[in-house]
Formats: sequence, C-alpha cells, structure tokens
Amino acid sequence: MTTPTTTATRPPRTDHQDAAATAAVRHALARIGRYVFLCVVLGFFALPLLWLATAPFDGTPTITTSLPEFTLDNFRALLDNPYALTSLVNSVYLAAGTAVLVVTFAALAAYALSRVRVPGRDALLYGLLLLSSIVTGTATMVPLFELAFRLHLIDSRLGVILIMTGGLLPAAIFILKDFMDSTPTSYEESARVFGASPLQIMRHIVVPVVRPGLATVGVWAVANVWGNFLVPFLLLRGPDKAPAAVIMYTLYTEGGQADLRLLSTFSLLYSLPVALMFVFVSSRYGFRFHGGIKR
Amino acid sequence: MVRVTSRPDETVAGERPATGASPAPDAAGLGRARATGFLVPSMVLIVLFLVVPAAWTIYLGVTNYRLTGLAAAHPEFVGLHNYTTVLGDERFLSSLLLTLQFVLGSAVIGQAGLGFAIAFALRNRRNAVRRVVEAFVLLAWILPSSVVAFLWIALLDRDGGTLNALLGTPGTAWLLDHPMLSIIVFNTWRGAAFSMMLYAAALENVPQSHLETARLAGASTWQQLRDVVFPVIRGHVLTNLLLISLWTFNDFTPFLITAGGPEQRTEILPVYVYKVALSGGELGFGAAISFIMLLINLVIALIYLRMLGRRKERP
Repeated sequence: MTTPTTTATRPPRTDHQDAAATAAVRHALARIGRYVFLCVVLGFFALPLLWLATAPFDGTPTITTSLPEFTLDNFRALLDNPYALTSLVNSVYLAAGTAVLVVTFAALAAYALSRVRVPGRDALLYGLLLLSSIVTGTATMVPLFELAFRLHLIDSRLGVILIMTGGLLPAAIFILKDFMDSTPTSYEESARVFGASPLQIMRHIVVPVVRPGLATVGVWAVANVWGNFLVPFLLLRGPDKAPAAVIMYTLYTEGGQADLRLLSTFSLLYSLPVALMFVFVSSRYGFRFHGGIKR
Repeated sequence: MVRVTSRPDETVAGERPATGASPAPDAAGLGRARATGFLVPSMVLIVLFLVVPAAWTIYLGVTNYRLTGLAAAHPEFVGLHNYTTVLGDERFLSSLLLTLQFVLGSAVIGQAGLGFAIAFALRNRRNAVRRVVEAFVLLAWILPSSVVAFLWIALLDRDGGTLNALLGTPGTAWLLDHPMLSIIVFNTWRGAAFSMMLYAAALENVPQSHLETARLAGASTWQQLRDVVFPVIRGHVLTNLLLISLWTFNDFTPFLITAGGPEQRTEILPVYVYKVALSGGELGFGAAISFIMLLINLVIALIYLRMLGRRKERP
C-alpha cells in the first residue's frame, strides 16, 4: 500500500526509507511480541490443568506434575471409596432435577410473557433482572439456610433443587423470552385456524421451534448445578447425599494425608461431563457471543 | 380477539418499541388467565427462594437470632444494634477492604485486562492458535470450582508444588506468604474467559479500515487502542466491568483454597458471612452483614441498569 513510488517526493527519500524500515521492524516486533504473549497466556492457563491430565494415569501420583508411568489402576480407588460414585449419582440427580424444573417453568413463563400482554410485563422483567443480579447465594446464605430449616428442606436434595431452580429461573426466563420473541407466530396462528387447542399448540409447535433455546438453557442449568458448591454445602448434612462438588472438597480437606490416586481420578471423572458438554455445545452452536451483549 | 393475524410485526412495532420485536399478542389463543397460570410456578419459586430470603435478611438483621442456645428459641428485636456493631467491627472493615482488593485486583485489572489482551491478540484470527488458546482459557472457566481449587492448591504447594519446581524456589509457601495475591491470580485465571469472549465479540464491531488507517498514519498499538478501539467498545467495557465486579464480589470459591486464612488475610465478605453466621451461629449478626452486601450489590446493579437504559436511548 505504501509503495515509495506513489508517495509525493517532498520528504527526502532516505527519510522515507528509514521510516519504512522502522515500520517494518516495528511490525515484526509486534508480531513476535504477540506470539510471545500468546505463549505465556497458554502456559498460564494450561499449567494448573496439566496435573488433571497426568496424575490420574500415574502409577505413583504426587502433587507435582510429571510424566506418568501409565496405568489405569488408580481408577480402582474410585470403587473402593464408598462416597465417590454415589456423589456423582447425586450430582446427576441434582443437575437433572434442576434442569428439568428450570426449562419447564421458564419456558411456560417466557411463552406467556412473550405472547400475552400480561399487565406489568415490562416492570416484572426489569424487576427480575435486578433481583437476579443482586440476590445471590452468598449474600443470602443466612436466610436461605433459615428458610430451608423452617420448610424441613435441610438435608433434602429436593431443597437443593428448589433453591437452585429459584436462583436460575430469572435469567432462564430472560434467555428464553428472547428466543420466543424472535420466532414467528405464523405457525401458531395456522395451527389455531385448524382448531388446535393452546396446549396442543405449545407441545407440537412452540416446543419444537424453540428447542435450541430450551437446549441452551438446559445445558446452562446443568453446568451451574454441576459446579455449585455453596448450596449443597450449606444444606446437605451427610456424605451419602452430598454431590461431587462437596465430596471433592472433603477429599482434600478432611482426614489427614489426601489419597492422590482417589483425588486425581475423581477430579477427572467429575470434570469430564462438563468438558464434554462444552465440546458438544461449542461444536454444535459455537461457544462465543455473537455481536456482544446488546441488551 | 386479535383478528389481524397476517401482519403481526406491524401492529406491534409501532405500539411498543421499548421491548423490541414482540410478536403478535397471543397467537395461540392462550388467554390472560392461562398466561397467568403459566407464570405461577416460576413466580412461586422466585418469590420463595429469592424475594423472601432478601426480605428475611432485613428482618433477621435486626434480631439477635442464633443457630443454637436461648436466642435460637426466642430471638429478640435488637434494632440497629447489629449494624452499629458490624460497622465498628475491625474484622468486618478489614474484610470489606480485602473484598475491594480482590474485586479490583482480580476482576477489574486481572480478568478484564487479561481478557481484553487475549481477545486483542487473537483478533482477526481463525487458526489453530486461536482455537487452542481459547479452549484452555474456557476450560479454566467451566471446570467445577472444587476441582480447580484443588488444582491450584497442588500448583502452589510448598513442598511438591509445580510452580516452585518451575521457578526453582523450593519451600516457598505461596498460600501462606502471599495469600491475597494467590487468590487474585487464581480468580484472574478462573474468570478471564468471560471477558475474553465479550471483548472478542466487541472487537468485531471495530471497523478494520479504521485500524488500518491508524496504523498507516504511524499510530502505536497503544494509540490505536485509545483512539480507535476504545471509543467503539466503551459500552462493552462498562457492561463487562460491572458484571464481573458483581460476580467477583459474591464469589465463594476462594474459601475452597484458603478458607479465609491464614489469619483472616483472605477473608472476603462471602467467607466472613459464612464463618460468622453458619460456623459461628450468629445468624442475626450474619444477616446484617448479608444485608450490607445486598446493598452494595444493589448499587452495582443500579449503575449497570442506568447505563443499560442510557445505551438503549442511543442505539
């Protein structure tokens, strides 16, 4: 673009060549700098994760990351521990229960808010947005604990599911209302012309059309519950009901010397579902924001 | 009811521009009663587990309610006593200060800064480098918190930690000597993905030709950022900063690494509430701190909503 021939001859030629040379050097330096920076970033983010990839397969796992003497024996430690596999089942139970409730209730509410002019709809939506962003699990742990106590939901997995659902619903309704708003109503109208009842229309027309939205919210809810530590930590008492998040924590804080075979294999097994879900979502829908947060 | 079904967008667009493209009212013939019925399950759960706890915080905060003992059976009204105690409490003030350090260091500087830098370095790239870097940054974000907490404990361990082995500093107890720095770096690592993705999307709005022109005019990278990139993504920056500040302010994950120690040097507000109220059993006192946290959240959220409104007026 800046070929010397096209520029005016007013600046002395040598100056121009100098400038071009400096620009080229600077460009090269910027390029090198960028790659060095990216390598450092990669190292920073990968370093803590390496242990998770090597230790589970190491015959003699230590806390230090090292090349493993490959073995699968460590996974037997999972079977020996009475709570390891149960806790994963508990996690599945909590995540599935919450996801089903969140998707069902949020879909119903979002549909009603999208299609019917409920009085005070906008105020309700903004109120929900405000509420969901200020009332968080950590800021309300005292009353949540107290509430669960009064409702006999302490040490109950249903209690964890209900509390998690309540916390996730506002954002879920927001996401789904966006989806519903952007789907055309013509299918619903034609179905209605042919005499379908509102519930039939919901089941056979609306749900299939917004399925990607439902899937998004479902995956998002599962990921949230799967990693959540605080709510089950507060509400569940015994290790038999505790999900993997809590058991994982007890594995390295309680009982003296941690069993690294158990710890490493359990971490891997517990992390795998979210990692796979991430791969699935990113390959299917692309894991990035499109155009940024425009709301 | 609505008979004009053929041109739904037109009827609504003129009527209510604020909510965007809402489709025709009630295409499936739901009716107001049934629509309200659809809302009920969500509203019950939201009221019960979000609104009631928030309101209850206010009530509990003015009692001397305790988990056990006499005050557990008959909590007494103590007025603003909890609040005056909290605000005069050395431990609360230092906890608030630590929380500010944590938010400023790990969210505003760490996550937003690093997230932007990564997004900027990866802009206009669609190659393997971008995919690999993004995958690792995202992995740090999506893995369960109790797993990543242990990974960092292992990394920073005094005797066998990988970091000491790499740096050649055996015997350095990072979590004991530099606890706050440790959790700030940890949280930067943990949360940079969100900022990275947000800024990556924002940078796509920056016209390529403007950057090109600036570069040809001899602008340094810093000048390009300041004069070309920043004015375009200003809205995104503000949104990002407020969201991550809110999340970091309420983050409980550092508890999994340091449990507030050593000597309360990483006792940020969520950890402080947990220790006072649920370990210590002083529910009333804990609720007062919770309420102060809710107020701070409210302030952050109001700033956010205000900016949201302002951006809507000028799309």
